[in-house]
Amino acid sequence: MTSASPRQVPANQQHRSPKPGPPAAPKPAPPAATPIRVTGASALVRSLEAVGCEIVFGIPGGTIMPAYDALLDSAVLRHVLVRHEQGAGHAATGYAQATGNVGVCMATSGPGATNLVTALADAYMDSVSVVAITGQQSRALIGTDAFQEADICGITMPITKHNVLVTDPADIPRAVAEAFHLAATGRPGPVLVDIPKDVLQESTVFSWPPELRLPGYRPTTRPHGKQILQAARLITTAQRPVLYIGGGVIKARATAELRELVELTGVPVVTTLMARGAFPDSHPLHLGMPGMHGTVAAVAAMQRADLLIALGTRFDDRVTGKVASFAPDAKVVHADIDPAEISKNRTADVPIVGDCKEIITELISAVRAERDSVGTADLSAWIRQTSGWQTTYPLGYDWPADGSLSPQYVIERIGAIAGPDAIYTAGVGQHQMWAAQFIHYEKPATWINSGGLGTMGFAVPAAMGAKFGRPDTVVWAIDGDGCFQMTNQELATCAIEGAPIKVAVINNGNLGMVRQWQNLFYAERYSHTDLGTHKHRIPDFVLLAEALGGVGLRCEAKDDVDATISRAMEITDRPVVVDFVVGKDAQVWPMVAAGTGNDQIMAARGIRPLFDDEDQR
Amino acid sequence: MSKHTLSVLVENKPGVLARVAGLFSRRGFNIESLAVGPTEHEDISRMTIVVSVDELPLEQVTKQLNKLVNVIKIVELEPAAAVRRELLLVKVRADAGVRSQVLETVQLFRAKVVDVSPEALTIEVTGTADKLDALLRMLEPYGVREMVQSGMVAIGRGARSITAPAR
Repeated sequence: MTSASPRQVPANQQHRSPKPGPPAAPKPAPPAATPIRVTGASALVRSLEAVGCEIVFGIPGGTIMPAYDALLDSAVLRHVLVRHEQGAGHAATGYAQATGNVGVCMATSGPGATNLVTALADAYMDSVSVVAITGQQSRALIGTDAFQEADICGITMPITKHNVLVTDPADIPRAVAEAFHLAATGRPGPVLVDIPKDVLQESTVFSWPPELRLPGYRPTTRPHGKQILQAARLITTAQRPVLYIGGGVIKARATAELRELVELTGVPVVTTLMARGAFPDSHPLHLGMPGMHGTVAAVAAMQRADLLIALGTRFDDRVTGKVASFAPDAKVVHADIDPAEISKNRTADVPIVGDCKEIITELISAVRAERDSVGTADLSAWIRQTSGWQTTYPLGYDWPADGSLSPQYVIERIGAIAGPDAIYTAGVGQHQMWAAQFIHYEKPATWINSGGLGTMGFAVPAAMGAKFGRPDTVVWAIDGDGCFQMTNQELATCAIEGAPIKVAVINNGNLGMVRQWQNLFYAERYSHTDLGTHKHRIPDFVLLAEALGGVGLRCEAKDDVDATISRAMEITDRPVVVDFVVGKDAQVWPMVAAGTGNDQIMAARGIRPLFDDEDQR
Repeated sequence: MSKHTLSVLVENKPGVLARVAGLFSRRGFNIESLAVGPTEHEDISRMTIVVSVDELPLEQVTKQLNKLVNVIKIVELEPAAAVRRELLLVKVRADAGVRSQVLETVQLFRAKVVDVSPEALTIEVTGTADKLDALLRMLEPYGVREMVQSGMVAIGRGARSITAPAR
C-alpha cells in the first residue's frame, strides 16, 4: 500500500447542495415577476434559476459564451467546469440519479455538443432526467457549415426524449420550462435545448412562469381501475408469482410502496440492474438480480413462475435471454409509465399504464380487498423452492488459483466497509457486474450505473455528479482499468471543485469482460484486450491520481484490502484512487450466454443447475 | 402483413417530418406512403401514413409515434370507413395516330388532360391506388415517358372530425 504525499488542494468551495435523502419533487416556479428587458442569455440563466436548477456541469466555448457571461451574475447557479463535455453529461446523470432532481449540462456548439452525445444516449437508455443546453451558430450562419456548427438537434433526435432549436429569444423561458417538464415527468429522459449565439445576445423580455405549449404530451400517471383489479386477481391466485422490479420503481419513488406490497403478498422479488436498491438485499424474499449475470434463484424463479408482476421494467434482452424461452409458463402483468414498453418484447396479459407509485398503491388496496373477500393462494411451497435455490446456488467466487487478488473480494469488502448508506457508481464490464452482485444495496439511489447503453467511462463523472448532489454521502466509483482510462480527467475537476470521491480501480490489466467472452466463446484468442496496465504499469494509477490532485493508493494483497479501504474512507478532502491490482482470469458468474435461453444458466463454469430433477418437468 | 392507414396530427413545426421519418427507419418500420399537408388549424399539420405491418407491430408503431412530443393524435382509418385518394400525373407518348384512343381511356377513368404537345399528353387522375394502377396498365402500351405520384391522403367518412377535439 503506497500513499501520496500530502498536497495543497484548493480551499473547498462552499457549495449549495440539495438535501440528501430520497429524491425530492421538482420545485415549483417562483411567482410571476413583472416582465423585464434582458438579453437572451440572461433570460436563460434566470429561467434555469426559476425552474429550480442549482448546479450546471459544463465547458464554455464560442457560441455559448453569452450564456457563460450571464452565469457570472447568478447568485444561485453553481457551475462546475469539467474537463470534457462527456463528463458534464455523465455528471448531470449521476447528479440526477442521486438526488431525483433534473441534472443540467452545458456545452458550446459543434464539438462541445457532439461530445455530449454519448452521455445523452446513456441518459436516454436509462431514462434519466437530464437537460442539456448547447450553444449554436448564429441564425444567419446555420446551414452554411460555419465554424463549430453541428446540427445537434438532428444528431440527438434518436437519443433524446425531445429537443428544440430556439430561434427567438422570447421563447427561451418557455423552452427551458418545457425541457425541465419533459425531462422530469412521464418516463424521464434527456432533453436538449439548442440556442444560437445571436439569440443569446439579442434583447428580449423575461417573465416567469411561461405558459407550456405541449399539446402532444400527456403522460398517463393514473392507472386504469379495471386493469388494477385484474392484476390483483392474478396476484392473489397465482401459485408461483414473482415481482420483477425495474428502475422505474426507483424513479417513481415507489420503494416504500413496493416493500408494503411484498410484505402484504409474500411474493418473492427480483431487482434488475437498474433497480438494485429498490428493495433491500437483506430481505429474505429478495432473490437478487435477474438476467445474464443474475443469481440462479432470480433466473430460476422467473423461468418457473406462473405470474410475473413486472413493475417499471422493460424486458430487456439482458434480462430475458432468448425471449421465446423466457418465463414460458408465466402470465404477465406489465406496469409502466411508457405505453410503448408494454408488450414490446413480451406480450402482457394485463397491461397497466401509469406511474409506479400510484400503481403499487392501488395494487395494495386491490390485493387487500381481494384477499379479504376470496383469500389468497398458499405460496409456502413456492417460497420453499425459491429459498432452496438461494441456499443451493448462492453468489460466490473462487479465489484465483494463481494467488492474485480476487476482484470480487475487493468489491465485497468496499461494500461492507462503506456500507449501505454510501453511493456506488460503476463503469461497464466485469467490475460493474461484480458491483451489482457483491455490494448489498438496501436503499434506492445508492447504485448508479450505465445499464442500457453500457457506457465505459461512466463511473468517475457520474460519481462526481452524485457527490455534488449529495456532498455528505460517501461516493465510491467502482471502475475498471479500461473504463478509468476513458474519463479519469474528471478527477481534476473533483479535486479543484471539491468533490472528494473515491475510486476503486479494479485493475486486471485487461478489458475484462471482452476477455471473458474471448475465453468462453472465442477459443481463448485474446485479441487486443490486454491494456498493458499490468505488464508495463502504464499508466501508474497512483501517480496519475496524484497528478490529478488526488491521493493514490495501491493494494495487491488480500491482507491489505481492508486497511486500504479504511485509509481511503479517512480521506475526505480530496479524491482518492485505489489501484487494486487483481488477477486477470476472474470471471463473472452465473452467466446466461448471449442468445441462449435462461434455462441454460450456468451457476459457475461447467455447473448447470439441474432444475429438471427437482421439477419432474 | 397488411396495410394500415394512419392519420397523424402533428404540431406544424420545423423538423417534425424528420422526427416521424427517423422514427420509422430506426425502429425498422416500412412506410409505403407518406403525405403531409396543412389542416384547418394553422398550427396543426396532418400526415397520412400507410404502413405495411402486422397487428402487433402496428401497435408499437402508434405507441412510438405517440411518444414524439410533437405528435398530437393518431387515428387509424379503416378502409371501409374512409375516403382514400392518391394523385397521379403521367406523361404518355401520344402522337396524332393514337391520341384519340388515349383520350378515350382518359375519359373512361374520369381523368383529365392537363398538358398537350404534338408528341405527348400529360394526364392527371385521382383515385385509390387500384384505380391508378388500372389506368397505368391501360396507358403503358402507348409509352409512359414520365410519371409522378403523391402519397395517399385519407379522411374518415361521416360527420365526425378527428381534428375537432385536438385542441
